[in-house]
Amino acid sequence: MEQQELIPHLFRTEFRKIAAVLCKHFGIEHIETAEDIASDTFLLAVETWTYEGLPANPTAWLYTVAKNKTKNYFHRSHIFSEKIVSEIKKTFPKTEQPEINLSEQNITDSQLQMLFAICHPSIPTESQIGLALRILCGFGINEIANAFLTNNETINKRLFRAKEKLRAEKVKIEFPDKPEIRNRLETVLTTLYLFFSEGYYSESDDMILREDLCEEAMRLTFMLIGNEQTNLPAVNALFSLMCFHSSRFAARKNEKGEMILYHDQDESLWNQELIIKGIYFLHEAAKGNEVSKYHIEASIAYWHTIKSDTKEKWENILQLYNKLLQIEYSPIAALNRTYALSKANSKQEAIIEAEKLNLADNHFYFALLGELYTDLDDNKAKENFQKAISLAKTQTGKQTIQKKVEQLAIKKISIPD
Amino acid sequence: MEEYALIMRHEDGAKIASPEQMQEWMKQTMDWIGGIAAQNKFVSGTGLPFDGARVVTTKNSKRLVTNGPFGDIKETIGGFVIVKADSFDEAVEFAKGCPVLQGEGNSLEVRKIAKGDGVH
Repeated sequence: MEQQELIPHLFRTEFRKIAAVLCKHFGIEHIETAEDIASDTFLLAVETWTYEGLPANPTAWLYTVAKNKTKNYFHRSHIFSEKIVSEIKKTFPKTEQPEINLSEQNITDSQLQMLFAICHPSIPTESQIGLALRILCGFGINEIANAFLTNNETINKRLFRAKEKLRAEKVKIEFPDKPEIRNRLETVLTTLYLFFSEGYYSESDDMILREDLCEEAMRLTFMLIGNEQTNLPAVNALFSLMCFHSSRFAARKNEKGEMILYHDQDESLWNQELIIKGIYFLHEAAKGNEVSKYHIEASIAYWHTIKSDTKEKWENILQLYNKLLQIEYSPIAALNRTYALSKANSKQEAIIEAEKLNLADNHFYFALLGELYTDLDDNKAKENFQKAISLAKTQTGKQTIQKKVEQLAIKKISIPD
Repeated sequence: MEEYALIMRHEDGAKIASPEQMQEWMKQTMDWIGGIAAQNKFVSGTGLPFDGARVVTTKNSKRLVTNGPFGDIKETIGGFVIVKADSFDEAVEFAKGCPVLQGEGNSLEVRKIAKGDGVH
């Protein structure tokens, strides 16, 4: 790899490792110090390598520099001399300075423990995702701002407040006790799920960034699978869901970045490797009796990997949505359930059910009604599609529905009534 | 918003249905419950299978346990669903959709859930 490519690559893979280990080492109250030392290490790498060329082992070089910078920091820091020294002397009576442990095992452990610390119920989910992107994925503030479609200042403030809160709550960077794991894991999984959705459904035009987000969410989820204590059915189910969704990445947008609806997707673009992975982890998730919402969503996603419209497929999807809604209601699940009902039972039945949903402020609601009325009553279909367009908040959203209206018009010309 | 129990009562719990019929009822029941859940009005619910059921009564001040079928008791409860509704009328609308009502003589009882506030 050329130097120009190597540094960003190493930054992506090594920043997060160094940051997590240092956070773990210093404690959550010094999270900024950890970030600073990790950043300084890379700054020095850029400066030094530009003049002296690449060292034989760049990663080892980075770790050595990070260790030295930490030592220097300890020497200088008042916080160290006043607060930490006495603590450390108790814990390490013989050694003068604690050594930073950048072994693979400690890196993984630190990252996992940081994940639990960051996904703390005391801070809002979007801050949890922001912090995870920064500390555990090594994203720059700029990238995080792009992902959330906001500016650097907002993100800086958001992260600052979140760190303050974690400090105030004295959140410990440690693995939760065994009986507590399941509870804490629930928050972690919710965050990872939304983290993934942020990438998958983001309105951001930056395709590469969006795929990166999804990949990072998957990497963190996979880390939980790699640890015996957190390798639980719900985690496997969530990972399976992520595999199925990402398998459609290449097929769901055209070269202009416009959304291609599931029905119109070219299934040869679906990533078979990810589909097979999804099936494997869905099987893994079935070990045990637990049925989480991730199990159900992954099963729904599995049925969507079969493109052809069979009665069996839609009947299964309908029953899964029936179950999902009993566990957790959401407007989008209610709408999808009604669509499945139209496929499994009939459009007429689905229209009656749709009208009970009480979602008249949701543009997807009218898009669904438009879809259901298509062929039954094309005028009503058009009316509903137009309502959906007027309610849609984004340009892409409007365009997608506009196409449906155009299709209705084409049909009218070709089939005289 | 209050919670109401929709209690499904079968005229004769001992009747045996074919597996196909059972499956059809199961689907209809799941679709009915899914429809309530899609309106964010589902709270909880469960079926109450007849297999192995017992009836406990008192005879001469002694507890008497009998196995099902239920002999003297004409109606048996097949399950219940708890829904959120603004009024009895709304709860009754949910009840009307229950597939149990396709069986002549079956019924649904709609009851408000006590709030446990000392008054109800």
